[in-house]
Amino acid sequence: MTTAILDRLGARGRSVPAKYVPVLVTAGLFVAMFVAGGIRYEGFATGQVILNVFIDNAFLLVVAVGMTFVILTGGIDLSVGSVVALSTMISASLMAGPGWPPYLVVPLVLLIGSALGLVMGYIVHAFDIQPFIVTLAGMFLARGLCYTIGTDSIPIEDPTFTAFAQTRIDLFADLWISPSVVIAVVVVLVAAYVLHYTRLGRTVYATGGSEQSALLMGLPVGRTKVAVYTISGFCSALGGVLLSFYMLSGYGLHAVGMELDAIAAVVIGGTLLTGGSGFLLGTVLGVLVLGLIQTVLSFEGTLSSWWTKIFIGLLLFVFILLQRLFSARRRT
Amino acid sequence: MKRLLWPLLVLAALLAVNLFFTPSFFSVEMKEGHLYGSLIDILRFGAPLILVSLGMTLVIATGGIDLSVGSVVAISGALACLRISEDGGVFSAVVLALGLCVLLGLWNGFLVAGVGIQPIIATLILMVAGRGLAQLIADGQIITVNSPSYKVIGGGYLLTVPFGILLVLVVLGVTAFLTRRLALGVLIESVGGNAEASRLAGIRSRGIVITVYAFAALCAGVAGLMISSNVSSADGNNAGLWIELDAILAVVIGGTSLAGGRFSLGGTVLGALIIQTLTTTIYSVGVPPETTLLVKALVVAAVCLVQSPKFRDKVFRRAGPRSSPRPAAEEKVRVTA
Repeated sequence: MTTAILDRLGARGRSVPAKYVPVLVTAGLFVAMFVAGGIRYEGFATGQVILNVFIDNAFLLVVAVGMTFVILTGGIDLSVGSVVALSTMISASLMAGPGWPPYLVVPLVLLIGSALGLVMGYIVHAFDIQPFIVTLAGMFLARGLCYTIGTDSIPIEDPTFTAFAQTRIDLFADLWISPSVVIAVVVVLVAAYVLHYTRLGRTVYATGGSEQSALLMGLPVGRTKVAVYTISGFCSALGGVLLSFYMLSGYGLHAVGMELDAIAAVVIGGTLLTGGSGFLLGTVLGVLVLGLIQTVLSFEGTLSSWWTKIFIGLLLFVFILLQRLFSARRRT
Repeated sequence: MKRLLWPLLVLAALLAVNLFFTPSFFSVEMKEGHLYGSLIDILRFGAPLILVSLGMTLVIATGGIDLSVGSVVAISGALACLRISEDGGVFSAVVLALGLCVLLGLWNGFLVAGVGIQPIIATLILMVAGRGLAQLIADGQIITVNSPSYKVIGGGYLLTVPFGILLVLVVLGVTAFLTRRLALGVLIESVGGNAEASRLAGIRSRGIVITVYAFAALCAGVAGLMISSNVSSADGNNAGLWIELDAILAVVIGGTSLAGGRFSLGGTVLGALIIQTLTTTIYSVGVPPETTLLVKALVVAAVCLVQSPKFRDKVFRRAGPRSSPRPAAEEKVRVTA
């Protein structure tokens, strides 16, 4: 089946550059899933279903954006899930205990997340230790800090915070979104601008393409590497704030395994894990596909939650195989 | 031997801390024909981690990594417990579970060596899907079994020694023999050093990589049996959760480079023991168990920094002039074919 798709795409190869193909495949998959769902289930093919995917996955979208930066440089960040949990925990405990107002808590949380990312990025760059191990230590550290703050779930009852969390922004024709979606979309737009229209973005791609060449070209590789981990830390913290809007609680067991979802979304979105190639739009589509799988499973009703994992695994397999076939074809 | 110095020092320091807080820490006594004591406990509870880490060592030596071992642990336990709860045949259940694990390992190896996918991604697939598979086998339930002969694997004793420890010794002995007395170890290291060069030198690197992944999955399978038999139940959701990270940690602490090309089985065993001792220490010292992860993170950071040549250069240069520059052997040339 995959070869048939490849041949068809190959025939159009002149009009569609190869670098857009993975994103197009993901977009095609999303549309196909949506159409199939619309035919199979009543009340599926509505705009609100897609908006709900955004509402339920706004935090994952923000986290995946940060992950895209890191993966584009050829690194990986395993700490995102724990930093998300830590953010929910810090905001909940500061608002519940000393009664800090949200406009103090949120900037503080964002600062802590960015600082964690900065430290990890610095260690990766300065001491030449694999990102995998450094961010693994960061993952343990952040999770450990969560449990040190408290082992129980802390509810968030701050009136401003809950009011913001329960706000509905009405669009046309009965459609609505949450403020979190607006924040996530802004993050995506800013990140896309940074990646494609700024010097930092070009250096990110260059570093991922070949670190050695980027160094020889005189690009600030070290600074860029530190920057991407800081961005990822910031995005994780922001994702944590959005998750606390969604959950209205802080808990050390929030977002367990979210780093895998984020990595899966980036891969399904067509970004090469070796770095240097990929688009932010792909990541958005990747998150949407993951969200739509969950929606389909909830519409199906009889299927249990573990099928989500199996489907995500299968999708990962298919997309990695596709990537592999394309990169093999490009070389020959 | 010099490579094992740091892990040995860390382990000794951890044990010394324990001795300070519990003076009877080193005492091992006989009760009802079984060995008891804190040291035996560390070995017994550390047995599954040592097994998984042994498999991981060989995978990392080929320049790969296996993230799926935790899921394989869950799958093996779930399948064995399911079979036992259905018809009670312990032997056939164990063989079936381990057979499936080897199959999963072959799948990983095929993806890495046959299709040519990056190891971290190839095994990520099974890591995500495997958890679902384990829950599918167990139907989302925690399967409890009541079988004395199955209980032996994780909780039994043979010749006064816990069975798990003996199992680890056997696997360790066989692995050490295969890799250090036969040519296999050198072949694995050469594949990890430079896969393309070793292929040109006439080594069937593909076969070696597939074997190594199958071995890692088999080790994880045995560990899964041990864990599930120790608690007489299989939990598809939580069995072996994060054990892949602990195993990678144990390998790195043991001085095996994540870049591949060399490995140390002794170092890995030490690394796994350090992690297990750390957990025990945290309990015996009276630090709240919630901080286990925090302490673990600090230890990992410290060990990794000490092993990083750049860090040692930066820190120790001030203490005194160092004549030896960074060894050229550390630099790895990536060949993209």
